[in-house]
Amino acid sequence: MADLTQQLQEQVLQARSNGQKLNIVGGGTKSFMGRAAEADAGTLSLAEHTGIVEYHPVELVLTVRAGTSLKEIEEALDAEGQCLHFEPPHFGEASTIGGTLACNLSGPARPWTGSVRDQVLGVRLLNGKGEHMRFGGQVMKNVAGYDVSRLQAGAMGTLGAITEISMKVMPKPAASATLVQEMGMDEVIEYMNRRAGESKPITGACWVDGKVYLRLSGARSAVEATAEKWSGDVMEGGDEFWRSVQDMQHEFFAGNDVPLWRFSVDSTAPTPDVEGRWFIDWIGSQRWFRGAVNLSDLEPLAKTAGGQVSQFRGGDRTGEVLHRQPEALKAIQRRVKSSFDPDGIFNPGRLYSWL
Amino acid sequence: MTTKPKATKAQLAEQFRTFIDPDYVITDDETLKPYECDGLAMYREMPMLVVLPETVDQVQRVMRICHENDVPVVARGAGTGLCAGAMPHKEGVVLSLAKFDRIINIDPIGRTARLQPGVRNLAISEEAAQYGLYYGPDPSSQIACTIGGNVAENSGGVHCLKYGLTVHNILSVEMVTADGELINIGSDGLDSCGMDLLALITGSEGLLGVVTEVKVKLLPTPEVAQVIMAGFDSVEKGGDAVGGIISHGIIPGGLEMMDGHAIVAADDFAQAGYPRDAKALLLCEVDGTEEEVHEHIAEAEEVFRKLGATSIRTSQSEEERALLWKGRKSAFPAVGRISPDYYCMDGTIPRRYLAHVLLEMEKMSDEFGLRVANVFHAGDGNLHPLILFDANVPGEFETTEAFGSKILELCVEVGGCITGEHGVGVEKIRQMAVQFNDEELQQFHDVKAAFDPTGMLNPGKGVPTLKFCQEYRSIEHKQHKHEQTDGAHG
Repeated sequence: MADLTQQLQEQVLQARSNGQKLNIVGGGTKSFMGRAAEADAGTLSLAEHTGIVEYHPVELVLTVRAGTSLKEIEEALDAEGQCLHFEPPHFGEASTIGGTLACNLSGPARPWTGSVRDQVLGVRLLNGKGEHMRFGGQVMKNVAGYDVSRLQAGAMGTLGAITEISMKVMPKPAASATLVQEMGMDEVIEYMNRRAGESKPITGACWVDGKVYLRLSGARSAVEATAEKWSGDVMEGGDEFWRSVQDMQHEFFAGNDVPLWRFSVDSTAPTPDVEGRWFIDWIGSQRWFRGAVNLSDLEPLAKTAGGQVSQFRGGDRTGEVLHRQPEALKAIQRRVKSSFDPDGIFNPGRLYSWL
Repeated sequence: MTTKPKATKAQLAEQFRTFIDPDYVITDDETLKPYECDGLAMYREMPMLVVLPETVDQVQRVMRICHENDVPVVARGAGTGLCAGAMPHKEGVVLSLAKFDRIINIDPIGRTARLQPGVRNLAISEEAAQYGLYYGPDPSSQIACTIGGNVAENSGGVHCLKYGLTVHNILSVEMVTADGELINIGSDGLDSCGMDLLALITGSEGLLGVVTEVKVKLLPTPEVAQVIMAGFDSVEKGGDAVGGIISHGIIPGGLEMMDGHAIVAADDFAQAGYPRDAKALLLCEVDGTEEEVHEHIAEAEEVFRKLGATSIRTSQSEEERALLWKGRKSAFPAVGRISPDYYCMDGTIPRRYLAHVLLEMEKMSDEFGLRVANVFHAGDGNLHPLILFDANVPGEFETTEAFGSKILELCVEVGGCITGEHGVGVEKIRQMAVQFNDEELQQFHDVKAAFDPTGMLNPGKGVPTLKFCQEYRSIEHKQHKHEQTDGAHG
């Protein structure tokens, strides 16, 4: 546990004066994401910038240094009966909270609990000028100034190095149960959406290999009553199943030979007609696909389904890997980037080739 | 915006009337008058002119003309805002979105609604009710305020702790940029690639663009909701009870607190049967399935009892629930009855400092000679102190503002912020210098410039100039030193 703020700040200032680029690295478990990191850039390591700065269970607020591992955080929360209810994926013991926010990664409960971005209350950020700034705060409601904290979600470090995060945490559910039944891919979309429209304690809805899985969690009596009422068998080892979905350890995600694509689309859209294997999560809002195809083949399908597609893992990572942006949005994002990082020091080309 | 407009009022009106119904291009003082302020009527300015376009294309053309002529634009929804964020610019155009009041469609299966920005907040839930759905954020002004304004302010309401703010409940917006281009931000999916511009737009107070369409998420209406009213003989105990419920693992749908002054005023007004001798009153609403509510209500009653509640009453019917809420919901007008005027503040604090903040506020109340009543979104730490004053007494509004300013500084001091849900606008622009340093404020200006390089959108709001801040801080500093010196001599 150490506060390396000053050291990090000096490193940024030095890189700026030397005209050097910096790749921001935490635990290094998400290096497969985004475009390939620029080889001749230096490394700004947050791995040792760790520790829980403040945690008040009664406030439901946690403040941590960005390099703190998810494991350490979850252990501390667990001792108080609380959790990161957006269920961040762990890609290994070293996965950090900073990387989770920068990549905007959330698990199966996301449609109900919100994403990591939704839980963020404030950040401290080192911008490309080496200024260490504080945005947002430690309170649930804060509308002073622009929401620079949530802007970091999914920006993959292109706007600066997140050094500290304050976020909302929640009580762990008292009970949970998983219902499983066989269902075809065509029927499952409407089925999951209709279930999500009921006022029941549902916190997971996914489909893989011809089976739909619904997770119920919350007050014990409510979980039991709903499990009784809804169709499907109560699954043995439900918690392990959801853990494997959260950490992408499920067999579907195994192997690197075939690229893994992520569709983020309208939950009710029909699944695109393309040859390959599908894993449908988030009631249908997130659909994983394995197939040796090109981004340009999938973009129109994602657009028809009301959303976007990205090449999550594998395949060529020197071209674009995220759904391409219209010119007007490109222009705005370029200007936002240079407002934080005028010399383009941080994570050059990691998000898009033009950033 | 520092440059002078390149077109006169008459020239602009003439241009606008070539593509907007001439009745909706307002130039005469009498018809302009209602636009001079928003819900914070202390701040007023007459606009140069007001336009009420009816199509997105018209909005784009208005923006292009204003952009070419360096004319400031202030977008306006229902004008219910409480920070003078929609106060006009005297050399600018007020762009009213009032004609955009259509619910474009509701998807009952996907649980979403596509809305024009002028749709009223409550109208969304009313329309969605037939499908067993509703829209989560419910600001107190929900009967009148519009979804476009909600996006601009990142509006909350009494259910934020469990159901989130506007930023958590929208999927995408269609927006016209400062130079008149139409862009879409977000998508029908839950996450989008690239920077999260949707988060940046939400709560940006009309400084980054003009929203012309919003897609929101809808939630299934809870099967049951019940409210517990618990009275306490001290503010500390009330505050502890809030922490007690949350530590117990219950996240209430709504968790509100009132202090002694607010309890009496609200009960006089609504005859809700509040314990009038209590020093703190909690309203704790639990919603969900029948089983869940039953279980949590029993647990919550037990927590309150253990933490020293002097009275506990749980609603047994929808009528009783409505009655218990009526007092809280009418707290503002109720306080309005016991004072000629009141000024509603909007700070947020970490809940553990509640008793400390209320106590300090009592001291300030004596110091400034003005009464203050408190209603508190206890679940999310959002305080609404109501300062009672009389605008007809010369100087009293200025004293009220100074008092309010001190309250907000106190909020920042304990780790909170100057505005939880009302926004900065003109009203709290001075206190921005207390919450942020110059580097942070400059970063905000730079973000603004990325969207609006000429600074034509809602100029003078939201983020103060650095020069202004330095002046404000140095005045504060001098006063502080002065007080210290006085103390030494006294």
